[in-house]
Amino acid sequence: MATKNNKIEVERMVIKFAGDSGDGMQLSGTQFSDAAAFIGNDLATFPDFPSEIRAPQGTIAGVSGFQVHIGHADINTSGDQADVLVAMNPAALEYNMKHCKPGATIIIDLDSFTEKAFKKAKLDSNPLENGSLDGFIVVKAPVTSLCRATLKETGLDSKTIDKTRNQFVAGLLSFMFNRDVKLGEDFIKEKFAKKPKLVDANVKVLRAGYNYGDTIEALSTTYIVNPNMNKKGKFRNITGNQATAWGLMAAAERSGLNFFLGSYPITPATDILAELSLHKALNIKTFQAEDEIAGINSAIGAAYAGNLAATTTSGPGLSLKSEALGLAFITELPLVVVNVMRGGPSTGLPTKTEQTDLMQALWGRNGESPIPVIAASSPSDCFDYAFEASKIAVEHMTPVILLTDSYLGNGSGLWKIPNMEDLGDIKSNVAKPNADYMPFVRDKETLVRQWAWPGNPGTEHRVGGLEKKDGKGSVSHDPKNHALMTKLRAEKVMKIADSYPKQLVYGDKEGDLLVVGWGSSRGAIFDAFTEFHEDGHNIAFTNFNYMFPLPNDTADIFKKYKRILVCELNSGQFAHHLRTAHPEFTYMQYNKIEAQPFMVSELKQKFNEILEVK
Amino acid sequence: MTDNLKDIPQYTRKDFVSDQEVKWCAGCGDFSILAAIQNALPELGVSKEKFVFVSGIGCSSRFPYYVDTYGFHGIHGRAAAIASGVKLANPDLSVWIMTGDGDSMAIGGNHFIHILRRNIDVNYILFNNQIYGLTKGQYSPTTPLGQKTKTSPFGTIEHPFKPGELAMGAEGTFFARAADTNPKQMKEIFIEAAKHKGTSLVEVLQNCVIFNNKTHVEITAKETRDDHQVYLEHGKKMIFGKEGNKGLVLDGLKLKAVVIGEDGYTMDDILVHDAHSSDAAMAFLLVRMSLPELPVAMGVIRAVKAAVYNDLMVQQIEDVKANSKISNMTELINSGNTFTL
Repeated sequence: MATKNNKIEVERMVIKFAGDSGDGMQLSGTQFSDAAAFIGNDLATFPDFPSEIRAPQGTIAGVSGFQVHIGHADINTSGDQADVLVAMNPAALEYNMKHCKPGATIIIDLDSFTEKAFKKAKLDSNPLENGSLDGFIVVKAPVTSLCRATLKETGLDSKTIDKTRNQFVAGLLSFMFNRDVKLGEDFIKEKFAKKPKLVDANVKVLRAGYNYGDTIEALSTTYIVNPNMNKKGKFRNITGNQATAWGLMAAAERSGLNFFLGSYPITPATDILAELSLHKALNIKTFQAEDEIAGINSAIGAAYAGNLAATTTSGPGLSLKSEALGLAFITELPLVVVNVMRGGPSTGLPTKTEQTDLMQALWGRNGESPIPVIAASSPSDCFDYAFEASKIAVEHMTPVILLTDSYLGNGSGLWKIPNMEDLGDIKSNVAKPNADYMPFVRDKETLVRQWAWPGNPGTEHRVGGLEKKDGKGSVSHDPKNHALMTKLRAEKVMKIADSYPKQLVYGDKEGDLLVVGWGSSRGAIFDAFTEFHEDGHNIAFTNFNYMFPLPNDTADIFKKYKRILVCELNSGQFAHHLRTAHPEFTYMQYNKIEAQPFMVSELKQKFNEILEVK
Repeated sequence: MTDNLKDIPQYTRKDFVSDQEVKWCAGCGDFSILAAIQNALPELGVSKEKFVFVSGIGCSSRFPYYVDTYGFHGIHGRAAAIASGVKLANPDLSVWIMTGDGDSMAIGGNHFIHILRRNIDVNYILFNNQIYGLTKGQYSPTTPLGQKTKTSPFGTIEHPFKPGELAMGAEGTFFARAADTNPKQMKEIFIEAAKHKGTSLVEVLQNCVIFNNKTHVEITAKETRDDHQVYLEHGKKMIFGKEGNKGLVLDGLKLKAVVIGEDGYTMDDILVHDAHSSDAAMAFLLVRMSLPELPVAMGVIRAVKAAVYNDLMVQQIEDVKANSKISNMTELINSGNTFTL
């Protein structure tokens, strides 16, 4: 078929899928990103959904979204604003219009733009007619009626037919991005493998969508996003939560330890529990406990008994676990605690992202109980930092808190599949049978105690939450001993920093401005920094993954810059932490507390303000 | 858990005595529980290093320090959760939870019902002295209604739990009751508990000599115990009394204590104890018996076979392994949708 469209090559595109919670937008997004990965694009995704499972249909509160950023260029964020918006109803359009770039293409299901729907979305007038879409390219496709027409001979009921609407859109986008429609077909075949009737229906609709794009005049331009050339090797598209689960499993394999997860469902961390539950074939034990407290305490029991143990949660759950964290700390047992941060305080904004649990992770316990805290900075490096958290826990006999967040956990990106041997080993130090075994005798260098497992003869011992005598480990209330033990426990943790890699600094090695970020803000800050650096500004960027103890070279880096700007999604928790650890420097802050990730544009605006003032 | 007996040294009580000084108050009921445990362990046919004693917080929870094997003194209320993790991490261990009425019925109430519901194979020894001892005498969830304590100077105004009732509600598979005044019987019951596959709950009526002295005296005193207790044994008649002439009968939906030979009741009317009945209705009636109308039930009240969580867990892992194409991380991370760029 001859095409009348202009094909243009683009570096990057942001596509947002939006509809009702039940419209299958998450699926469409995943399908679109898998196809992008297949043809070699770099990508990042971020779902944006309400906390209600099925909020009232057609309302703004019920809008579920999925944003995909694909590129020939390196992709570090899920994108500020959409180049293409798919809006399945007026509410989805209303909610997302403001996040579209000027001139963006907006695809709507014309059939859903009814008076009734405007009322549900609380719109006074039809947005297609009132001028609010001026400046956008609007593709008004009667998606629902075209799906019904396509499938009218199949005998499927109308509810089932309407559920294929997302495949119509997928087909249309397939055309718009010059992709082989077969990619979508393969996805459908795999997704509905057990329901052949649905495969046929969805494939038909997918093709109808593709052909519709080819036929109508509205799509005067189609896009080609060429493969990313910086990424070489074998990749997969992975969410942060899945990567976290796999990182823990990889650590179990590389340590030779059995793995135990004690956990309780909580948004947005539940997927880690669900993912680990799938992998019994790899000897993974998951225990869905009766509450957060039982989750961590069962993990502590498993750690005592010689497993690599973990518990996964989100902010409020971490609050519930704090007492037990103190127990893991004083008994000096290895334990990984994953906190997938969400908007707080209290129940807060369960499905939204924030970096507001740093202080809680650092200090949220009774007594002096410094616990190592590390943070992942992309969906795929959740794998590396889950592995690292496990390694630190086992090799230094301590609980470790790993911070990720909703943006990382639910978002996805391309992950280069590693060679398992390249990850190195995790070495546990298990006590040999020894009549003189004492649980709190330490390695002179690292101050780490030996692990002794029930079931092993000759190392019977008792541990617990009471202060213990140095070496022997029996209960002690001696004041001098308590001072000594407090010091030893803290020193042991501080020594962990000796094992870190060098803190990475991008850009100029000295100069006007050092931008500091941590955890998940890396992508957005990196993109903003890159633009400024390429424009010739004297700027550098460093992103922290090791939150406590801080890297040993922190001060050496900081002292080379006139100004330090700390950017984070809270009111200044990391800045506060840095002021305490390195009071000799002055820290400027850029904070966002909207339970949304940073946009590159807002960071750039901030950098501009600062660099203008000399 | 039971090893080849030939490989196991013949232990005595002394093998389980740790070097720690026992710091309970003189006259505390905990001493006899400790002795009964230390006497029971050598008879279980389990290697010493396979025992793990886990506790929460309270006087009872100091217990692990005094037994020379593996021990974990946890935090308040969480012994059941910690012990669950120990057992699931290594199902080969013999895990014992040592806890009190405050630890298990108040702050740890949630874990208590859920470990019973799951039927994880651990032994759960509940020291019930009906008071908070370690914090010096506040009422607990098992303190009788109206009792004056430090925090109820005018008498409590809350109805107490009976641990056995909660256990039946959670479909616990093993429940026994013992008294600290009868170490011999206690030891036998602990051995029965250890043999049972599943969560074995033993409520020990324990005396706090300082803050709640003689709270169980009506049940346990030498002079009255024969008339105030009925010791239940599977397959035997529910008979009690100094003269052995009293028994239990079913009267409608209630239990009734009768004198054999009076009011037309004969030995044939007396109920036979069936500890193995999967229906917990009779066990529920038995655990809630209380003075003065009825004697208090002692011994193994319920011991039924049921699926054990840790066995199911191990079995499920084996089943999945047998049917899985993936056996290591390298295979997993290279499976499914991958893209070569």
